[in-house]
Amino acid sequence: MIVRELIASGKFAVLNEDGDKEKTITVPFCCDLLSIAMSKAPAGAAWVTVMGNVNTIAVATLAEVSAVIIAEGMAVDAFALEKAKEQGIIVLATRSPIFETANWIYRRLYE
Amino acid sequence: MSVSIRLSYTVSSDDFTRAGEASSDVKGKLKKLGFSPDVVRRVAIVMYEGEINMVIHASGGKIEVTITEEEIEMRLMDTGPGIADIDMAMQEGYSTAPDAIRTLGFGAGMGLPNMKKYSDEMEIDTKIGVGTTVRMKVVTK
Repeated sequence: MIVRELIASGKFAVLNEDGDKEKTITVPFCCDLLSIAMSKAPAGAAWVTVMGNVNTIAVATLAEVSAVIIAEGMAVDAFALEKAKEQGIIVLATRSPIFETANWIYRRLYE
Repeated sequence: MSVSIRLSYTVSSDDFTRAGEASSDVKGKLKKLGFSPDVVRRVAIVMYEGEINMVIHASGGKIEVTITEEEIEMRLMDTGPGIADIDMAMQEGYSTAPDAIRTLGFGAGMGLPNMKKYSDEMEIDTKIGVGTTVRMKVVTK
């Protein structure tokens, strides 16, 4: 599945779509601690987290994830979105919990 | 003769909005120079952790990076409070970061351990009340 298909699913609010929509989603990845996400997020992962600040975007850029998905209806601050546009990090949002969101993506990738 | 590239960065005080910019810049340059994805990733991890540490604990500082074909050397220098107990600081999960930092997703006590784990060499020179210099190397081959 590529990021464009994830967006087209209609399951997520699209907070920033300026980025590489043709990028392949390799796996869902869940983590809220940035040090762990930084070192463990696989490249191309759809990163599901509740942390919606600018540091999430910095880590997403360094870890080369395919998209950031903010779960549980958590807010993303304006500066983070500005940075996401600048860095080309696609940011989606959902009210669903982290596990459900990641599981939904996992099923579409592997079932 | 091997070519060497030197880069230097200033890490601003208490500026989480800019933290990661130096790592991002170095990462971009290493990619363009054709270093392997593993090397690029390890440098990005250790430098980002270092940058964040400087912002959280030391009101910023300076980073110097020397890139050669064989290795990437990073020197992170600050004039912060110094590290009182390096052995404790090296333990995963030990952190002196304040609560406000934790709400940003940091302060998990993974910074120095990650820097040690993902670099090939790390030395810490610290003095209470004077500052800390961390030197790290990532070997390319």
